[in-house]
Amino acid sequence: MLKDITLGQYFPGNSFIHRLDPRTKLLFIIVYITALFVSKSYVTYGILLLVLAVSIAVSKIRLSAIFKGLKPLMFIMIFTAILNLFYTKGGTELFSFWVFTVTTKGVEFAFFMVLRIMMLISGTFLLTYTTTPMALTDGMELLLTPFKKLHVPVHEFSMMMSIALRFIPTLIEEADKITNAQKARGADFETGKLTDRAKALLPLLVPLFVSAFRRADELAIAMESRCYHGGEGRTRMKKLKMAAPDILTLVFSALMLAVIIILARFGI
Amino acid sequence: MKPIIQVKDVHFRYSGEEHLPPVLNGASLEIEEGSFVVILGHNGSGKSTLAKHLNGILIPNEGCVLVDGMDTRDASKLLDIRRTVGMVFQNPDNQMVASVVEDDVAFAPENLGIPPKEIRSRVDEALKLVDMYEYRLHAPHLLSGGQKQRVAIAGVIAMRPRCIVLDEPTAMLDPAGRQEVIGTIKRLCRENGITIVLITHHMNEAVDADKVFVMSNGRVISQGTPKEVFSNVEFLKSEGLTVPDTAELLYKLRLSGIDLPAEALSIEECAQAIAAALK
Repeated sequence: MLKDITLGQYFPGNSFIHRLDPRTKLLFIIVYITALFVSKSYVTYGILLLVLAVSIAVSKIRLSAIFKGLKPLMFIMIFTAILNLFYTKGGTELFSFWVFTVTTKGVEFAFFMVLRIMMLISGTFLLTYTTTPMALTDGMELLLTPFKKLHVPVHEFSMMMSIALRFIPTLIEEADKITNAQKARGADFETGKLTDRAKALLPLLVPLFVSAFRRADELAIAMESRCYHGGEGRTRMKKLKMAAPDILTLVFSALMLAVIIILARFGI
Repeated sequence: MKPIIQVKDVHFRYSGEEHLPPVLNGASLEIEEGSFVVILGHNGSGKSTLAKHLNGILIPNEGCVLVDGMDTRDASKLLDIRRTVGMVFQNPDNQMVASVVEDDVAFAPENLGIPPKEIRSRVDEALKLVDMYEYRLHAPHLLSGGQKQRVAIAGVIAMRPRCIVLDEPTAMLDPAGRQEVIGTIKRLCRENGITIVLITHHMNEAVDADKVFVMSNGRVISQGTPKEVFSNVEFLKSEGLTVPDTAELLYKLRLSGIDLPAEALSIEECAQAIAAALK
């Protein structure tokens, strides 16, 4: 049951997008999300959808993988759609019942909202699908370096994140082991009311937490033994380098944002 | 040869355990550079606590530990001490920080601020030394126990330490993994001149050591070559310890009145001694 967590899943490949510096991809996704929130019309959404489609095609990630990622968020999308459908005023009235009225504006708005969420999530998935978790945390650390001046513990955050990513498979394996051990002693995780099933998880979570703390303790000692003393004076074996394709991508993203902002200004 | 590690009359108690007897109670030993040393002891004898003193993870309450002349109580020397004495622990899963083997091996040199190019060459060299080079791009959780432990050893070698302390590195491994690890550390000692301190309760792993220390109740109760230590079977048994299978066999045969030497510890020597006695 825990095996299908897709957090930070990476599809190995060697496409143009795979080879981009993680910082470029992170910056691009931030710009892209900004553009999504600025855009208001079919034209601007069309442009952004085209950019996304081309990126997915170039990355050679299968569309089914993207859709699989969208599935768990179906509920949120439907919820957003319904809210926008009923609560947007303006335009011509299509039909109404009881306290609800549906207008043309409402339909349009709901459509855009759902599209926006879908594109936002697909874009983010494309980032995690084409970037190793390690590269991603390294990229984040480097992008956030300026904040070190403000005493934000940037290095510590990125170290915590990479350790968390490293231990996900280990802890999943352990959770499976504990689940089986408890099942062998008659624990029942699958039947009963929701509250019963939540209670049944307790004998799984307690040993898992205890063991996680023990692991953390041992890991800390092992890290100290290997001369870990914080981010100060640390070097990296794999230095991230911005190359021509990265600069090209960043220039393109700036242009894209500029075009969307200008179009939105003129109400297109 | 001069000693690389000197432990002088160390007393130690974990904080919050003042009501219990001390874990280390006057432990003293010297480890010569380039030698293969085994520290034996049953559970609770203080051997793991002693191990954590050898690179300054724990600081003695009384007495001192000198690593290449540097006192572990001197906080300014801590990094130098830790890059001189590397440490490998029991559970390989809990000493890996990265999701890729080579990134994990690079962790220690990265901490030491070594230039990227040199880290690359050290990582490749360390992985080749433990025979894990072809696994450099694998995820650690997909390796076997013995392979994980060898990666952990590589992660320490990449610091270029002069001594490696291994705290029960084979306790969680199957027999095949155990052999991989013991073979690797013996080779590192004999071919690369790295001092090895192996802490274990598997007596058979001590047979090839240059020197054996036996610990009980927080102090060293016996030391010497394996032959010297294991020939005194009765003493070890009275301390609740076993002896290597070969020593045990010879001891039992001697008890039943067959005249056999006590110090034929390797399997060949033992077999020859028995064959000679049968003639």
